[in-house]
Amino acid sequence: MSSSCFSPGTEDRAAGGGLINRRWLLKNSLLAVPVGMVTTQASSDPLRVPEWSSAPGLIQSQYGQPSPFESHVTRPVLGLFPEGFGDGSGVSFTPLEKLAGTITPNGLFFERHHSGIPEIDPGSHEFVIHGLVERPLVFSVSNLLKYPMVTRTAFVECARNSFFNSLQEPQQRSAGELHGLIGNAEWTGVPLAALLEEAHVDLAGSWLLAEGADAAKYSRSIPISKAWEGEVLIAFYQNGERLRPEQGYPMRLVIPGWQGSTSVKWLRRIKVMSDATYARDETSKHTLLQKDGLARQFTFELGVKSTITTPSFGGPPVREGLQQVRGVAWSGAGKIAKVEVSADGGRSWADAVLHGAILPKAMTRFAIAWHWDGSPSILMSRATDDTGAVQPIRTDWYEPFAAGQIYHLNAIQSWGVSQDGEVSNVYV
Amino acid sequence: MCMYDNRTHILTGLLIVLALVLPAEAQQLGDPISESDIAPWDISISPDGRSLPPGMGSALEGAAIYADKCSACHGDAAKNGPAGSLVGGIGQLTQGQQNRTLGSYWPYSTTVFDYVRRAMPYQSPGSLSDSEVYAVTAYLLHVNGIVSKHYVLDADSLPIIRMPNRDGFISDWPSARQ
Ligand code: HEC
Repeated sequence: MSSSCFSPGTEDRAAGGGLINRRWLLKNSLLAVPVGMVTTQASSDPLRVPEWSSAPGLIQSQYGQPSPFESHVTRPVLGLFPEGFGDGSGVSFTPLEKLAGTITPNGLFFERHHSGIPEIDPGSHEFVIHGLVERPLVFSVSNLLKYPMVTRTAFVECARNSFFNSLQEPQQRSAGELHGLIGNAEWTGVPLAALLEEAHVDLAGSWLLAEGADAAKYSRSIPISKAWEGEVLIAFYQNGERLRPEQGYPMRLVIPGWQGSTSVKWLRRIKVMSDATYARDETSKHTLLQKDGLARQFTFELGVKSTITTPSFGGPPVREGLQQVRGVAWSGAGKIAKVEVSADGGRSWADAVLHGAILPKAMTRFAIAWHWDGSPSILMSRATDDTGAVQPIRTDWYEPFAAGQIYHLNAIQSWGVSQDGEVSNVYV
Repeated sequence: MCMYDNRTHILTGLLIVLALVLPAEAQQLGDPISESDIAPWDISISPDGRSLPPGMGSALEGAAIYADKCSACHGDAAKNGPAGSLVGGIGQLTQGQQNRTLGSYWPYSTTVFDYVRRAMPYQSPGSLSDSEVYAVTAYLLHVNGIVSKHYVLDADSLPIIRMPNRDGFISDWPSARQ
């Protein structure tokens, strides 16, 4: 191997275990490729002209599809009940380790349904606002589409995301299969506040009950003050096209930074209330039982979080030498301020580089160079947001909670790398 | 009582909406609708029980409905079914392996009525009459030891039931009930 001549020296180290600082990379940018890819031998065969360069290709199509060579990039699907006893109540995971950038493609955005995906004809879908309002109103979708709209990027994350890491033994699943109950998209829609204004909310109105048109009539209570802040959208478009059926077509709530389940899909009704309704999904579910037997309720905001996506269990083994460690970070409270990476199980940390625009309540990409010397290592990422909140280690996260508490798990993900480069989910 | 000054929120909301979102003339495209026309969709029930419908039923009646419409998924006597138990675990929330059920965990009886009426039976939600929902709710409360088999549930007697874990929650968001 020729790695030694490209190897960073000790002065280039950003932290233990082979993490490399930016300065070295800038100095040696041409060399910042995996060692295995640097060939010094000249290729012996002349280049071939492939068939796709020798005849016209397919004609244009009405709706583009991914390359057939990418057909393995799919959402892992998981039913939550035995077949026949709750089909349609399940999840599918965004395959985080197979994606780059920050926007989740619409066909790969995670799903959680409680009673399947309704096939709603937008021509007969209706949306009502009523309760503590002067003017109860009903809206057609076609009329709603005429309102002024706003566009913003935000993640939607299931409050149950990462629940496998609440289990006693680490499960061998990929980054997406562990943490992929999240997607990040550009949403376009009408601020809920505008429609509440039109209905003339009574002064006693302090909570909303939002309800879907699916068979579960999924319902959640939302403090009205959140809507008045202006961030709550009734979204019609996701990444430029109308919502997919599994994302709530023809309309859904999007509440940036809050438990995904408050972003009610297939929205049919908002009732203005003087108090919360205490629906099943804010009592039986989405409450955080502590060791003392008390459960936290209406814990809307999601914590600061990150995960390394390359390497990941289920991905290619790690090779010796220089490579890029990549991942995603997000916070329900605001912007990502920094992401640190450790290659020695948390003994030392180095700042990763954050890529692209860092938006509040949206996914942020991070990366760092790593020179792996082939000895067993543990990779971790730790995000900090602009409120100063820091992602906790798993044992600290679990400390207050009762066994089996799975919600709001934002603990640090640790990937073990064995001597032969195999990656596994480990608890530190 | 409400802990927010709604007036401030409404004013803030107005300013934000007018300044950032709406052009000079706001759209007003909602059509007026009466509460009675909304009634078929107005199925949410709060702990005060004020929107509970007419009808009544007891566990004695609910047992047969449960056996017919629910037990395949939730088990005989609401235990160990493939879609989860609906009974047991009361008073054991501080023990290592708690059994969180509507009996041991849910703070309000109204939520049982609300949820069963909106979402169950899983394959045909909305197929039970309101009296059948009262009866099967009474049955679920009875097998959890919360009401006797003769207790008749209706709009008045349901909300006054005190659930075992009524005081088991701390709210991260102020609500009138905490
Ligand atoms: C075909 C299977 C099936 C049948 C039949 C069925 N259920 Fe369910 N039930 C489910 C599933 C699946 C869920 C969980 C849904 C989800 O994921 O939100 C559930 C959830 C519930 C819950 C909430 C449990 C909790 O702790 O949060 C209650 C209560 C309930 N069912 C009552 C009933 C009653 C009463 C009936 C009969 C009228 C019934 N179910 C019939 C499948 C079924």
